[in-house]
Amino acid sequence: MSVPEAPGRPLLAVLDYGIGNLHSAYKGFSHVGADTRLTADRGLIRDACGVVLPGVGAFGPCMRALRERGLDEAALDRIEAGVPFFGICIGMQMLFAGSAEAPEIDGLGVFPQLVRPLPDTVKRPQIQWNRLNVHREHPMLADLGDEAWVYFVHSYAPDAGEEVIATCDYGGPVTSAVARDNVWAAQFHPEKSGATGLRILSNFVAYADDKARAAA
Amino acid sequence: MRAVRVIPCLDVDAGRVVKGVNFVDIRDAGDPVELAAAYDAQGADELVFLDITASSDQRDTTVQMARAVAEQVFMPFTIGGGIRTVDDARRLLMAGADKVSVNTAAIRRPMLVSEISAEFGAQCCVVAIDARRVEDRDDAFEVYTHGGRTRTGLDALVWAGEVQRLGAGEILLTSMDADGTKDGFDIPLTAAVSAAVGIPVIASGGVGTLQHLVEGVTQGGADAVLAASIFHFGEHTVADAKRFLTANNITVRPPH
Repeated sequence: MSVPEAPGRPLLAVLDYGIGNLHSAYKGFSHVGADTRLTADRGLIRDACGVVLPGVGAFGPCMRALRERGLDEAALDRIEAGVPFFGICIGMQMLFAGSAEAPEIDGLGVFPQLVRPLPDTVKRPQIQWNRLNVHREHPMLADLGDEAWVYFVHSYAPDAGEEVIATCDYGGPVTSAVARDNVWAAQFHPEKSGATGLRILSNFVAYADDKARAAA
Repeated sequence: MRAVRVIPCLDVDAGRVVKGVNFVDIRDAGDPVELAAAYDAQGADELVFLDITASSDQRDTTVQMARAVAEQVFMPFTIGGGIRTVDDARRLLMAGADKVSVNTAAIRRPMLVSEISAEFGAQCCVVAIDARRVEDRDDAFEVYTHGGRTRTGLDALVWAGEVQRLGAGEILLTSMDADGTKDGFDIPLTAAVSAAVGIPVIASGGVGTLQHLVEGVTQGGADAVLAASIFHFGEHTVADAKRFLTANNITVRPPH
């Protein structure tokens, strides 16, 4: 499959595993200037200078859909190759070892922790905007201003580990953004978080673009 | 931390916003994209589009509207009205709506709630409950359909618990007694439903002042407050509402 590349617009592959609404992430990245493709095509995924794993819904069905299309291996291959990678919501949870939501199925295991339900002292799902508490400066969270409010819709979140760069407070600290090397991930939905979210998407596009140029 | 959401509600007919939205800075008052962008700029946390399209062959225009809004405006929005099947829900969600709200169809066939929730996740599935006080009772509420005209015989609290069990992620609760009065939310109804369920409750119906929004949260226990007319005619902006809520010690996402 030949892919005419738009000049000066970094190519991003949004992994299309056929579940939920993956178009929002696609629209968001397109809006901030990336040449975004919703795709399961291996060649295109290999050519992309950034890969996005979005997700809406439940851990089990998403993980199974990813496996059925072999996109679990495609994702791990790109992560190992050092390509900028961004997981969103369930796409972030799938990067972890597994989830209490579907104990019978393994996650991708990029991060070793497990994903667990939010505490039962708060309403679940968390459906609201919440303020990020930044634990560690990171390019993902650059230029967000004094207070970054982002939109969450989830009932589960990963246990804390050293990859956590931001949490929010919802019945206690909730893992909200993680990063290690080339892998970035957000529990919230940057593509639904207005100007703040678009800045985060554009931070990732800039990172992917810079890295591709440095390698060229 | 609970941050209360402020949600303007827009009525849509055949893909156009109707029933008078009157912003000074809007060129075309019927354009859902322009209105969504204006509310986004004011700091609205979500939008609800209520599709009042009567004929089913015009429903495609609602899907097109969802697509247009999602392409231009990067905030969460819900579409309610006329959703009868999982396929109806799928078309709207794939077009870019974040949630769908079901009402009459869920009462006719409660499994619809489970089906939407299983297919797309509970977070996509809002159940709208329209309730009226049972005559001469202050503590009993009956679920109605068809804009408050048709009784169902269902108790609102029982139905709220049932939709949670079926997999609803959220309840959009409208008091048919309060709706349109501008006298404020029905607080006993809101408080009773909020206390009865463990999922978020959006209070709706009756907002005439910013103080009513405060009461919906402090007395009604609502997780989100929905209003139409006070925002549509420029009486108050969403930013005004948020400043007022903040001044009353209610946490909200600050206006930009």
